[in-house]
Amino acid sequence: MADCGEPDGPGNKDDITRSKNEGKELTKEEKQRLRKQKKHQKKQKERKNEKGPSETEKDKTPVSLLPPPQPVATQKAPSALPAPASAPIPVPASAPFHSSPAPSPADKPAKSKAELKAERRARQETDRAAKQPGSSSSGIKTKVPLSELNPVVKRLPEHVQVDDPAVVKRLAKKLERQQIPLRSDYGYKVSLFSHLHQYSRKAPLTQLLSIPSTVIHPSIVRLGLQYSQGIVAGSNARSVALLHAFKQVIRDYTTPPNEELSRDLVNKLKPYISFLNQCRPLSASMGNAIKYIKKEISNIPSQCKEEEAKTKLLTCIDRYIEEKIVLAAKAISKYAIEKISDGDVILVYGYSSLVNNILCEAFEKSRKFRVIVVDSRPRLEGREALRRLVQRGISCTYVLISALSYILPEVSKVFLGAHALLANGYVMSRVGTSQIALVARTYNVPVLVCCETYKFCERVQTDSFVSNELDDPDDLMVTRKGKTQLENWQDVSSLGLLNLVYDVTPPDFVDLVITDLGMIPCTSVPVVLRVKNLDQ
Amino acid sequence: MELQAVLMAAGGGSRMMDLTYNTPKPLLPVGNKPLIWYPLNLLERVGFEEVIVITTKEVQKMISTDPKVKLDVKMKLDLVCIQEDADMGTADALRHIQQKVKTDVLVVSCDLITDAALHEVVDLFRAHNATLSMLMSKAHEFTETVPGQKGKKKTGEQRDFVGVDGTGKRLLFMANEADLDEGVVIRKSIMRKHPRMHIKTGLVDAHLYCLKKSVVDFLADNKSISSIRGELVPYLVRKQFSKSTNSPKVIDETHQNLKKNDSNISSRDEELLHLTQERSCWNDHRGDMSDAYHGGRLRCYVHIMDEGICYRVNTLAAYIEANRLAPKLFDEPAVHPSAVVSERCLIGADSIIGASCQISDKTSIKRSTIGVSTTVREKVKVTNSIIMHGVTIEEGCNIQGSVICSNAVIGRGADIKYCLVGSAQRIEPDGEHTTASPHLMSKACSA
Repeated sequence: MADCGEPDGPGNKDDITRSKNEGKELTKEEKQRLRKQKKHQKKQKERKNEKGPSETEKDKTPVSLLPPPQPVATQKAPSALPAPASAPIPVPASAPFHSSPAPSPADKPAKSKAELKAERRARQETDRAAKQPGSSSSGIKTKVPLSELNPVVKRLPEHVQVDDPAVVKRLAKKLERQQIPLRSDYGYKVSLFSHLHQYSRKAPLTQLLSIPSTVIHPSIVRLGLQYSQGIVAGSNARSVALLHAFKQVIRDYTTPPNEELSRDLVNKLKPYISFLNQCRPLSASMGNAIKYIKKEISNIPSQCKEEEAKTKLLTCIDRYIEEKIVLAAKAISKYAIEKISDGDVILVYGYSSLVNNILCEAFEKSRKFRVIVVDSRPRLEGREALRRLVQRGISCTYVLISALSYILPEVSKVFLGAHALLANGYVMSRVGTSQIALVARTYNVPVLVCCETYKFCERVQTDSFVSNELDDPDDLMVTRKGKTQLENWQDVSSLGLLNLVYDVTPPDFVDLVITDLGMIPCTSVPVVLRVKNLDQ
Repeated sequence: MELQAVLMAAGGGSRMMDLTYNTPKPLLPVGNKPLIWYPLNLLERVGFEEVIVITTKEVQKMISTDPKVKLDVKMKLDLVCIQEDADMGTADALRHIQQKVKTDVLVVSCDLITDAALHEVVDLFRAHNATLSMLMSKAHEFTETVPGQKGKKKTGEQRDFVGVDGTGKRLLFMANEADLDEGVVIRKSIMRKHPRMHIKTGLVDAHLYCLKKSVVDFLADNKSISSIRGELVPYLVRKQFSKSTNSPKVIDETHQNLKKNDSNISSRDEELLHLTQERSCWNDHRGDMSDAYHGGRLRCYVHIMDEGICYRVNTLAAYIEANRLAPKLFDEPAVHPSAVVSERCLIGADSIIGASCQISDKTSIKRSTIGVSTTVREKVKVTNSIIMHGVTIEEGCNIQGSVICSNAVIGRGADIKYCLVGSAQRIEPDGEHTTASPHLMSKACSA
């Protein structure tokens, strides 16, 4: 925030120092300049008021955090004015940060000096244009589109910019500051996906850490290992495991002297989150859970005692899991069971804990249906779904995704799980889901997506290339009859192995989304997000 | 804190009494460093800052007083002494320090020389929430002739049978040939859960174990277990598949006794862990209807090293082999800077000369280790030998394939082949000694 204060800050400071040195007489030019700055800041205040009261309220807090500028009591009024007036200047610059969505939990560094200079120049242009006689209204009009232009400078998350060396260097520096080792990419990346990370499971991050891990809490190290080895997989399981680990961190946390729990604990969590991100890119549900925890921690009043604060946080986490995951699953099952009728043939893809839950509950409520489990390599998660359904006694059929169009004429409904629901109604789920939705649409089979509201994400994506996850390419190798054909795939220069994890399904292929708020069409996701934001 | 390191340095070295009757095993020089330095160096490299060293009073005295025993490690060493004659097994020693153990432990033996990646063992321990995780290595044949042994080496060691599952990580079965009467007996419950088992025999147990804290507490209650390797590990491996409700009651009870105060915390956490496992789509096996880990709570894992150095220096052959390989483990210069080496001597590239040595002219030293403060006079040929500290070798000697212990004096012109010269012995000048003369080893012999 202090950086944004710089554009006018040095100018003011120079004035003040010069006037301090040369006495209280300000020269004519300096008076003119000060007058100009005053006018300019007043106009910015107007512009700020136009944006709406809520943002200014939000932005008032960073303003109050700014250190009060040089207390020059002996100065004349004009020099005193620019100082507090310089405070609103960071406001429009910070407003874009607040209003723009923040999909990745990674830190957003302040704008670079070049961008600040460009903003300053743009503002000066508008001022000059506004100074034209009788163009005050048009001046305001021209400012509005500019204010929209300024906040458009959104920062891309670093995990989709791996081929940009500057971004990689910045990430390396940040990790070094947090004392977390950098995980190096592995193998040849297919050119279309060279902007994403690709790690090898045989090179875990723990080999670069000291063994009794002191920098990172042991439960977080254990969690990172379980993520990278796939022991905890699936968006719900990962979120619950993350919150469980955070509970242990909070329990073992002690506030250092002269620090506040609300600020220090958030800073403690940041390196852990970077570490987990290095082990496996965070999912949308995990991102939302982290945002919730950070908000809860920062909302702890400073006079709260440490033990009290900790128990409060622990109960918050328990409540979050209970409400958003366990009860949401119950609510979704209740709605979904209405949609399952006797004699149905339901198709599921891969393993979705929620869809499995629904089917088991429906079976307990004595609905008569049978299930077709569609599976795909290399994960073959459908086997686990199959095992759990058959264990309950549900009659199942198992096919691979290549047999989908063969089996689809028998199917009456398709139930899909989701990893995240994007703001434009697209469903992000395991790779292969969009195929299933597409073929089901062709056969006029209804597709129902089941997703809890905590997985709703403010990101917008229309294709699966922009942001995805690349898994270990060695998983694609299979050994049959003692021979592994792809054993030396790295030696073949024109061969690349691609192991995608997610894909996005457009909303035209999805007929209904069943959430804990009810059954909504895919296009209503932004409404839910808006309602959620207002609640919070 | 995540792990506490415990170094067991109270062993007697019963299988190499020739060397250890004078010097305690942890302080035997290997590559001119005391044996205990190697595991300490391993722990330090990996990132430990404190180690609990369980040793005897004699060793503690020697470490603190003897200038030749330099343990330049930066870690904090917490030396715990036990009586030498108490005949304590490793598990007894662990029981002795139960009060100091506050978290999971990593137990290392003082005679382990390895360059293994410890994170592999600890990762298995962390990721699967295992009760026991250990390190093993493929055994290498010892190629050097051992002094004092006539003829071929007899396999006095009894074999260990180690059963692992298909992935090679989960430990299913462990038994020593001595405990088996006629054949290897494997319970049906194990076969039902793990139909494919690989049984290996050529493995060396590195005696490096990651144990949960509850195991240490369990040891405190069960005083009958006295050795980790001999009794505790096979017990834990067997308990994985015990019929009693799939979870070892004894270990569980102590676990619960400790958590009585914060029982609501642990039960809520257990619920979350259970929820995680329920929602996660991972299973460690497939083909049957059971959940991950077959619902068992006790799990034992092993990491088997394929390549790399891993030796347990508990026999003379291992000691000699370790001396050959020791220079590869650290990058110090082979010839210590304080040694006085004259120009006209031939020192092979794979020899180590200790500090304050004096090597005179026309000597030839090949594939040998010369200890600290040793004097080697002219025209001496030393090949394939280990010379410990403070030895004086007079002119014209020829030493081949032998081990000369500390403070011995070899008279001039002596010819020693494949012998073991005891500590502070004198070899008469112009004597010829080969393997056939065992009297060199006894302390009582005067030459």
